[in-house]
Formats: sequence, structure tokens, C-alpha cells
Amino acid sequence: MDATGVIFDIQRFSVHDGPGIRTTVFLKGCPLRCRWCHNPEGISPAPELMFFEYKCLFCGTCARVCPKKAISFSPNGEGEKVFPKLEREKCTGCGVCAEACPSGAWHLVGKRITVGELMSVLERDEVLYDRSQGGVTFSGGEPLFQPDFLFFALQACKERRIHTAVDTSGYASPAVLTKIAPLVDLFLFDLKPMDEEEHRRYTGVSNRLIHENLRELVRLGRPVRVRVPLIPGITDTEGNIAALMAFLGEIRQGIQGVELLPYHDVAEKYQRLGKVYGMPLLSRPSQESLAQLRARIAQVVPCA
Amino acid sequence: MLEIEVEKRRKVIRPANERLARLREGSVQAEVRVCAERARLLTKFYKSGKASGLPIPIQRALAFKYLMEHVSLPVEEGQLIVGLRGTGPKRVPTYPEICVHSLKDLEILDTRESMPYRVDEETKRLYAEEIIPFWQGKSMRDLIFSHLPKEWIDAYEAGVWTEFMEQRAPGHTAGGERVFQKGLLEIKEEIARVMRSLDPADPEYYEKLVELKAMDIAADAILIYAKRYAEKLEEMAKEEKDQERKRELLEMAEICKWVPAHPPRTFWEALQHYWFIHVGVTYETNPWDSFSPGRIDQHLYPFYKRDLAEGRLTRDRAKELLQAFWLKFNNQPAVPKVGVTAEESFTYNDFSKLNLGGLKADGSDGVNELSFLILEVLEEMRTLQPNTAVLISNKTPDRFLIRALEVVAPGFGEPPLFNFDGVVVKMLRQGKTLEDARTAGVSGCVETGAFGKECYILTGYLNLPKILEITLHNAVDPRTGKNIGIETGDPREFRTYENLWNAFLKQLEHFVTVKMKGNDIIEALYAHHLPVPFLSLWIEDCVKKARDYNAGGARYNTQYLQIVGLGTLTNALSALKFHVFERKTFTMEEILHALSADFSGPYEITRQLLLNKSPRYGEDEDYADSIAKEIVDEVVKHAESFPPTPIRRASRRVYFLPTTVHVYFGKVTGATPDGRKAGTPVSEGVSPVQGTDRKGIAAVFRSVAKCDWDKTGGALLNQKLSPDLLSDEESLRKLAQLIRVFFNLGGHHVQFNVVSAELLREAQKRPQDFQDLMVRVAGYSDYFVNLPRGLQEEIIARTEHKHW
Repeated sequence: MDATGVIFDIQRFSVHDGPGIRTTVFLKGCPLRCRWCHNPEGISPAPELMFFEYKCLFCGTCARVCPKKAISFSPNGEGEKVFPKLEREKCTGCGVCAEACPSGAWHLVGKRITVGELMSVLERDEVLYDRSQGGVTFSGGEPLFQPDFLFFALQACKERRIHTAVDTSGYASPAVLTKIAPLVDLFLFDLKPMDEEEHRRYTGVSNRLIHENLRELVRLGRPVRVRVPLIPGITDTEGNIAALMAFLGEIRQGIQGVELLPYHDVAEKYQRLGKVYGMPLLSRPSQESLAQLRARIAQVVPCA
Repeated sequence: MLEIEVEKRRKVIRPANERLARLREGSVQAEVRVCAERARLLTKFYKSGKASGLPIPIQRALAFKYLMEHVSLPVEEGQLIVGLRGTGPKRVPTYPEICVHSLKDLEILDTRESMPYRVDEETKRLYAEEIIPFWQGKSMRDLIFSHLPKEWIDAYEAGVWTEFMEQRAPGHTAGGERVFQKGLLEIKEEIARVMRSLDPADPEYYEKLVELKAMDIAADAILIYAKRYAEKLEEMAKEEKDQERKRELLEMAEICKWVPAHPPRTFWEALQHYWFIHVGVTYETNPWDSFSPGRIDQHLYPFYKRDLAEGRLTRDRAKELLQAFWLKFNNQPAVPKVGVTAEESFTYNDFSKLNLGGLKADGSDGVNELSFLILEVLEEMRTLQPNTAVLISNKTPDRFLIRALEVVAPGFGEPPLFNFDGVVVKMLRQGKTLEDARTAGVSGCVETGAFGKECYILTGYLNLPKILEITLHNAVDPRTGKNIGIETGDPREFRTYENLWNAFLKQLEHFVTVKMKGNDIIEALYAHHLPVPFLSLWIEDCVKKARDYNAGGARYNTQYLQIVGLGTLTNALSALKFHVFERKTFTMEEILHALSADFSGPYEITRQLLLNKSPRYGEDEDYADSIAKEIVDEVVKHAESFPPTPIRRASRRVYFLPTTVHVYFGKVTGATPDGRKAGTPVSEGVSPVQGTDRKGIAAVFRSVAKCDWDKTGGALLNQKLSPDLLSDEESLRKLAQLIRVFFNLGGHHVQFNVVSAELLREAQKRPQDFQDLMVRVAGYSDYFVNLPRGLQEEIIARTEHKHW
């Protein structure tokens, strides 16, 4: 049987998710609720609609074709442009509206795909992986949230001698993690607030399991690169950096290095999904402060 | 952000020293003007009766000699290389024997908003009183239009094609080894030898004899020109106060006494030698793509190495000489084009292309120190001309490719990158020897040719979307209502996609046939009326065969048809296949209504659906890409099915390039089923339709590489990158890897515009502040603010890749 999974994007020629030139597969669904999440379309495991206001032609096609009558479109008489309204609780994510929408204003994120179908896309860039010593990165969402699909996809990659990376929050059952670990050439492992309470507050879950899983990967000798989203006032505080460095110090023999991922604002994406962005608008950390921080962490482990 | 981008661009321009900075400024700032000197001298010569009654090649050679004896001898202040077409930098001569400009043409050239050629009153008077009355009705242009059949003219007027040779002579070739290794005295001996060996029993005996005599006269002509310069430089030296410059002028005089009579001995002499030949070729006629030193790093390297070893030259001095040489090209803008020719090639650029890298004749890597030095010259000069080409083979080291990308990064569009292994395959497929294939290169924009040995003439652009439009109207051009094609059936009756496809193919075959017949007529006219004895001296084997370049003298002869609108045609066919024949979203009738309404009113919804919900070329999906591949295959098959041309025995080939004709072709083509509005540009080169390649650059490369470009003479691909994508070593390295893969897969060429749409919009608003903003158009770069608005918009509309 060909395992299936739900993905929301395949990005080719990706150069920031591991070595070489890579294709990144985004798996949909995540157990965490990070307030700064920059892929909000990856949180829900189900397909969902995004609406791009600037593309809307006000033709009402979506409302006409929706089998669940989840979209209403009622232009008022004065010729004022009123966007169609979606009642998300009625929406089943069937995608009929997105397919019919002439301009692509409605976009269905999330589609079910088999491992075989996925591989036929990934194989297209094999020459590129070969040439650049790149490969495939599974990201999300949380890729470990779809353990079977991820396992078979990784296995299929290994059969084809494709380098694999998994970008994970680390929040998964240890059994799942150890099962896939031998198939993964590089873990990109996120560390968010170090304080358990803070972590719970900003991501919705405890970080205890995450830290244990990271230690376990290190024990297993799997290649790991830690990634830290740098959220002003949350993960870049003196307290968090000190705790992070202490932790990294303990496991530094077992990890390849640390990458700092500066925060950027993605409020617009939330709006397209009909969601509320839970972060106040923050400014990006400056290049100087970023460089300083990198230098500081580099005292413990290599940092980019 | 904008300031940073602008700053980054301006910062890179840094000529080697103050002299070069001054020369560069003089060249860049010089106004482009029509220069009547050549037309005046030529007319005087023919009016004198000195040539009357003589065979045409002799007449032409004597006319050329007369020019070389009498044209002005400008010397740009501080220049190190002499010889210049026209009375000064950017003074562009005219060629009334090929195309007589009317007073109205001159008026338009003088006053048009973009890319004017200033015309002074004296020139206008001269034209009115002497030039026009003498040449009208006798020019090649008049001759050509009077010989072409009505069906050819109809298609031409409808915008199905353009004709390259209606205002400019063939040529389109680049110099090979001969140009850098032979002096004219030796060539004159060669001529004498061949003349002695002519057999009077040969039915072509007299023609050959005449041609050789003409060649000999043409050789003398350029010797006279060089001698005149030597004398002029000596005179200038007498007046010169600055002792150092005085010495320099005398040294230059000595060089002019040695070359082009003898083979060059030094790096400096080699540059001067080439330049005399370049001026000769471009004074003799106004050939397309001027002339080119071809594989310049290969040709100059032996001189460079020897001079360095013998202490005659330093790297810095070589760079200074190369930069001085560089500006010579910039001082010779393209000849003033009018009408359709101006539309198809709307630029001052005359497409002389310096090739770097590639392979050597023995198959080893061709990259040498000069390849890098010339890239450095390009990087620091950033002038409109000359153009360059970086040839990448599997043997080319990454450091050369990455260095080239570093030069691309600030955003002037140069250099473009070529798959040299693909060039070799193309040449071999066309029957060139392995050595001739490896010393080949790309000229003009992307055209492959056996440098120094091939006459590969471009005959005109073919408008594929227009042919579909005519198919959808069953032979009628809806713009004029004229029946100009063949009847292939009412499209509303088509039951399957194959019906449509076959109808299109029939229409294509019809037009290609008419165009080929026209090509044969034009070839005959040029062979008889416009021999080029001077150019023939330099292209092998014209002297040996005692045959003119325009009559089949070259070792290899090829004729190209340039195909335009692949992306638009593919998306249009894909949309029809998907929505009319498979999904049945629309009937053909509904589509035809929408097209004739130009998608106005309620049809905007139809347009959006066709545009956004049809499989498109450039996104690495086989549905559309396989249509593109099939189009390429069919176009090649039709063109190549014709027998060799009657006089030159040239094989018929195609390649894919637009220059600026995609804007003109767009203007004459109604709305198309891919959702393109009437009058807007069609797609350029083999690039996806502007703004539709949304799956990233890797997908574009894969889509493009699915077509079999080895069967063509080349295929131009434009990609636009956001400036921050090329900001560090790591990104350059990854882009280099991506390009390698594109070439491994069979891509022919790629060039990058590294510029933000934001900057282009700003430049439109404040053109006065962005006079120096250079961008990539097709196979060349141009100043953005000089471009006509339609072309500016087209460049902005191209997809800007912001993420890897």
C-alpha cells in the first residue's frame, strides 16, 4: 500500500533548509501553537482555504459553486465591492470553489498525496541534488505529526540515495522519532523558550519531551543542527540565551551547530486564513545584534 | 532599499585610470547622430562614372576603396586604438545602396522620443538634393520589395514575420583565427595564387577572376586606410606638447604601419589589427550584428603570454588597452533603422559579442587568465557595447562561472551564460568538423556559429501566436479582415485537440513555405547586387573558393528563421486543449467571442480563468511543456525539410530569439486564448509568458530544458532575480550549480536581470535620475529609460524570483 499524507507545499530550489540545493516538502498539521508561527497554513491537519483579497474579481463564482453553501456573496446595490464571506465551520475543504475561482483568489492549502506521487516530484530535481550535494527536507507543520507518511517517504528517498533532512519541533513520541532516525541524514531541530512555563505559554506545550528527544538523538549519534527562532522579548532575552547556551553546552559534542532564525512578520498570512495573529507587531532584530548574538553562542557551538 | 540597489550599481563602474574614465565618459555622453559622410562619398563615387560598366564586385570594391581613401580619420582624445566608422564617436553613417532613408525617416529619427539619431540640416539638405534622387529605386530595399510576391508582402504587412535584410546587409558572422593570424600582404599573395590557378575551362572562370580582383582591391583599400592613420598620428605627434603622449602617438603610428599589412606581433598590435578589420567590415556594408572578434580570449592569449614573458606588457597595461578597445565598440552604435526593422531591433546596440571560456580546438578547457581579465574589464566598464558571452562547458572550472555571476550580480544583465557543450553538439549536428565545432561560439544574441568559417544569415522573425490567430480565423487576419493564410477549417467544427493542432501545423507549413521562397529571392539579390569582397577576405574559404561571402564562399552556409512567441503559443494551445476539448469549460465559439471582444466586460472572468486555471509552460508540468516540445520539434522539422538554398547551398535552420520584436508582434496580434490581451507583447525567447512562471527558477529551467534545443541554433531564456538573491558567495555558488544542471539537461542559454520591479517603476517616474540604469532586454542590455514604454512594461511584467 502506498502511504498518503497531507502536504501544503513543495518548494524547489530551497537553499536554507540544509546542505546544497534542496526540495522542501511541507507536511500539514502541528501539535504546537507557536504564537509567531510563520506557516499558519501548516497548523491544521485538514485542507483549508486561503483568500487573496487583491485577486478577487467580485464575480461570485465561489458562492455559486460551493456545495455546502459555506460562501455567501451579496454585492450591495451601490456597486461597492464586498468580498465573499466564508463560514469556515461549514467548509469541508473540498476545494470546489478554489478550482472554479477564475483569478485564484481562493486557494486551497493542503492536498492529499501518496508517497509515489511525492517521489515523482522529488525525482525531478535529482540531478540538482547530485550536483550540489543537496537533497530533500521535510518541514511543516510538524512532519513527525504524520509518522507513517514521513517514514515511507524517507525510506523512498533513501532507496534513491537522496540526502534527507527533517525540520522538526521535536514534539513527538520517542518511538516515532527513533523509528525514523536512521533514515534521516540531518535533523533541523527547533528550540523555543528554554523555560518550561514560558514554552507552554507561547507554544501551548511543555518542552520537556522536546529536550529529551534532542538528548536521545544526540545519544544515538544522529546528525543534528539546532535552530532557534529569535523572537524579540521571548527567545532573545538574556535569561533565555543563558539557558540555551547552558543546554547547548551539555550536548555540544553531539550537534553540528546552531542557526538563529530572525523573526519576521507574517500577519497577512493569518488574515488570508481568517485567523488572528497572536503576536504584537515586532521589528526584526538588527543585523548588529544578530551578529553579536551569533558570536556569543559560537563560544559554545558553531553558530550561523 | 532602492538607494542601496542604485548605489551598488553605480559603485561598480570604475575604469582602470583617469584616461579611461575620460574616454568612457566621452563615449557614454556622446550624442548619437546620423553622419552623412559615407553616403556623400559613395554617391560622389558612383556619380563620377569611374565604376560604370565594370562588373558589380569590382564596382563595389572600388567604391569601398574610395571610401577608405577619403573618410575622416577621427582620433578620440587619449585613445590607444585608432579607426572609427563615421566622423567621430557615435556618428553613424548611412548606406543608401542598401536602404535610402526618406526625409520623413530622417525626421522621425531626429525627433523620436526614445533612441533618436540626431540629423542636422546639412544632412537633410544633402539627402534631399543628392542622396535620395540618386539612390531611390536602386537600393537593395527597393529591389527586394519589388521582387517579392504578393502573398509574402501580405504576411509581412500583417506581422506574421519581419525581414532582416530589407534594410541591412547579411553578414552575421564572427572572426576566427584568420582574423588574428593573417596580414593583408599574405592574403594578397593567397589571392594571387588562387588567381594563377584558375582554369579558363571552368564555366565560372570569369566570375571567380572578377571576385578575386575585387578582393584584392578591398585589401588595398584597408591598407590605404591604415597608412593614412599612420601619417595622421605622426602629424599629431608633431603638434603634441605632452612628451608621453607624443611617444605614444608615434608608437601607434608604427603599429599602423605594421598592421593590418602584416600579422600582429604584440597584444597591442593584435587589438589594432582586429579593429581595422572591424571598421572595414562595418564601412563596407551595414551588416547585421556588425562584426565580432569571436573567441577573443583564445585569440589574444598567445600575444598576451608572449608580451608578458618578454617584458613588453603588464597585466595593468593589458587591461588599459582592453578598456580602450572596449570603448571603440561603444562608439559605433547600430545603423539607423526605420519601420518594421526599427520595431524588431529597437536599440543602439549593434551586437558585437566577445566570447569567453569554452573549449579549445583540441577539446581542452579554454579558460585562461585573459578570460578573467576581460570579465574584469566588463565589470568595470559597463558600457552599452560590446556584448559578451560566457561559454560554460563541463570542463570549465566553477571559479570562472562564479566569477561571471559576480559580474552579473550588480544588475547590468551582462554577461549571459551559454552551454558550450550544447554549442558543440549543435555544430556537429549541422555537419561541422569537431575542431570547427569547438572553435565555434555564439554571436548576435544567442546564435551558434562556426566562427570565421560560416555564413549564417538571419532572415527574419516568425510570429507563432499570429499564425494561431489566423488558424482560429480560418485563414483570415482579424485585424485587417484580409485572407492571408490557407483555409484549414472552421475551428468551431473541430471535435478534438488534434484537429486544432493539425490545422495549426498546416497554417505554419504554409507560412514557412512562403517565407522560404522569399528568402531564396533575397539571397539571389544579395549574391548578385551586393557582394562583400572585404568581409570575404576574412571568412574561410571565400578566397580559396574565389567566391563571395554573400554567394556561398564560406566553408559553411546556413540560413536561420527566428521563432518568436513559444510561451504564448504553448499556453494558448494548452488553454484550448484543457478548457475547450477536455474540461469543456467553454465552447470554441465562446472563446472566439471573448477573443474578438478582447476579453472586455464580462469576458474578463473568462480571461482570468484561461490565465490562471490552465496548465502553463514554465512550471515543470508535462501537460504544457510537452506542447512546447512538440512545437519546437515541428517548427524544426518544417524548416529543415526545405532543400538547401539555391545559391549559397545553405541549410535551413531555426532558433528562438526575439530582440525587441515580441513587442511589435504583440501589437499586431489580437487577444490570445492564454488570456493575453490584444496588443500586449507576446512571450520573449523561450521564456515562459511574462509573470506566469510562479514555481521558481528550477521549474523554469526544467520546463525549458525539456525541448530539444540541440536541433536549433539557440534559444534565449530571460530570468529576473531580486537583487538580494545574489548578495553572498553561498548564493552565487548555488546559482552556479543550478546553471550547471540546466546546461546538463540541455538548456542553451540563460541571462539574468538582477533588478527590482520597484527600481524600474521609480525609473519610469524619474527618468532623468536613472539615465544610466542598464537592464537586460533580449540577447543584449540597454538603458531602461531609453526603451519605449511597451518594452519597459514588458520587462517589469517578467516574473521576479524573490526566493530560491
